[in-house]
Amino acid sequence: MPSTKFKGRAWVILDEQGEIIDDIDTDMIFHNSYLAITEIEKMGQYTFDNLEGYKDFAQKAKPGDLVFVGANFGSGSSRQQAVGCFRSLGVSCIVANSYGAIYKRNAINSGFPILTIKDINFTDPNEPGMIKSGDELEIDLEKATIHRDGLQVGTLEPFSKVQKDIYMAGDIFEYAKEL
Amino acid sequence: MGQTMIEKIIGAHTSESVHPGKTVWMEIDVRSARDFGGANVVKNFQTHYPGEIVDDVKKTFFTFDCVVPANTIPYASNQQTCRDFAKDQGIKLYDVDAGIGSHVDIEEGLALPGGVIVGTDSHLNIMGAVGAFGQGMGDQDIAFAFKAGKTWFEVPPTMKVTIKGDLPENCTAKDLTLEVVRVLGSKGALGRAVEFYGDAIDKLSLPGRITLASMATEMGAITGLLPPNQEVIDYCTQRADGRSVRPYYADEDANYVKELTIDISELTPRIASPPKPDNVSPVSDLANQTIDGVFIGSCTNGSYKDISEVAKFVKGKKVFPGVMAKVVPATREIYGKLLGEGHIQTLYDSGFIVSNPGCGGCASGQIGMTGKGEVQVSTSNRNFTGKQGAGDTYLASPMTAAASAILGRIGTASEVV
Repeated sequence: MPSTKFKGRAWVILDEQGEIIDDIDTDMIFHNSYLAITEIEKMGQYTFDNLEGYKDFAQKAKPGDLVFVGANFGSGSSRQQAVGCFRSLGVSCIVANSYGAIYKRNAINSGFPILTIKDINFTDPNEPGMIKSGDELEIDLEKATIHRDGLQVGTLEPFSKVQKDIYMAGDIFEYAKEL
Repeated sequence: MGQTMIEKIIGAHTSESVHPGKTVWMEIDVRSARDFGGANVVKNFQTHYPGEIVDDVKKTFFTFDCVVPANTIPYASNQQTCRDFAKDQGIKLYDVDAGIGSHVDIEEGLALPGGVIVGTDSHLNIMGAVGAFGQGMGDQDIAFAFKAGKTWFEVPPTMKVTIKGDLPENCTAKDLTLEVVRVLGSKGALGRAVEFYGDAIDKLSLPGRITLASMATEMGAITGLLPPNQEVIDYCTQRADGRSVRPYYADEDANYVKELTIDISELTPRIASPPKPDNVSPVSDLANQTIDGVFIGSCTNGSYKDISEVAKFVKGKKVFPGVMAKVVPATREIYGKLLGEGHIQTLYDSGFIVSNPGCGGCASGQIGMTGKGEVQVSTSNRNFTGKQGAGDTYLASPMTAAASAILGRIGTASEVV
């Protein structure tokens, strides 16, 4: 049974001005020069290597990490590698303001948990509960919450029914067997 | 309650009731994979359905267009993986000579008004040009569609964009498209279907419709749909091989989440500066920018109309010394027509490089990428950092790209004497 609770270290993907980055496209996530790669084990090393400020992400990422990004994450191409590369690194889940349409399907169908932000503070240190890179966080998929040191620091949109069904089954292929 | 175009198209492909936000199982008319993603589709299929056959071989296709012919061994091997699988299964494969899959789908009558077409091409929503629903998908999604012939889909809400005014004479469908991308922005239609209306839309020819529909992706849209006009219906009927063509139009009382009017009566040629397609300004704002190359082609602007108009414009003129001017027709049919009409000779005489059909400048295609510091004007749809190479890519119309090639800097056709 896939896990519905994740505990891990946060990566908050900010730009030089300290704002969460929107419109991270699939060429920034997994550049088109690596598209001939078909093995998932080989994908991780190229994650974010065309995203300014995060070109060393793949070297620094650890299994269990949680990645926080802005709006329209994964816009652009249909490449499944842009989801596979995070799985390859052992990243537990991605949390974004919104997703590119194809990226969303690719993640859902492969059973990779992507979550949509309802309310998180990334930028205002004067407000309580600001999440920053390096924080140890707990995400509860069923409750759609984020906790740090036992205190709730964020809320998420709950999974849609189809996303939950596919996630619990494993992937689209396993899910379809149950229909 | 009336229905929008996307609701009607999805409704015609499912037995379930259709309304925005609802997830339905939808039958798929065309299931395709390219050389991009294709090998992964095969791998997923063979892993999950070992020894099994696809749902319907007549509805399943491979279209090679990304790197044609392959210029690296991994790409060549991936294409061969697809060929072997297609041969085993009896699937029709449009090989490296055919051109861009989405255009081949329309030319071959595979994509018809009202149809549902999926493939591993994020610009497959080009099908909106013929009033069909095209959806780019990843390789697991497509492997599943190959086997199941259907997939789940969340019915998107629809927004309505009305284009007011006539397209000025010095502007093309690409200028109109870039203006719409500017107004909507990269997230303006996120997760939505967009329907386009207005006199200027009614008058758009099929190639212009393709240009606009192709960049729905850059507006964040699931798809952008244009109600088919008679030209589109006639074109598709001719190529439908006897199958009936049934376009769907929105009901008068259809429900839109948002309605927007964009006035183009004062439009001037538009250009998108790197690194975002919605970073759009008048071409005249960038008149001091020198260039190193142009790329005229892609699924957005590789039609016969696009390239023949460029040829007529550059006839008797020369590409500016040192500028690399690359032309890539979208399909073999277009290439043949350009050849027959003498346009390729004209382009050659003016100093253009004309390559075989395919995607070309996007995704490391057959005409190469830009180097660091290189400035390119491209007629394609994305200028993301690194997308078309290490250089800076500006997105513009074929006429602006051709004019820039002759001027040696960014400029409009009206500046060329």
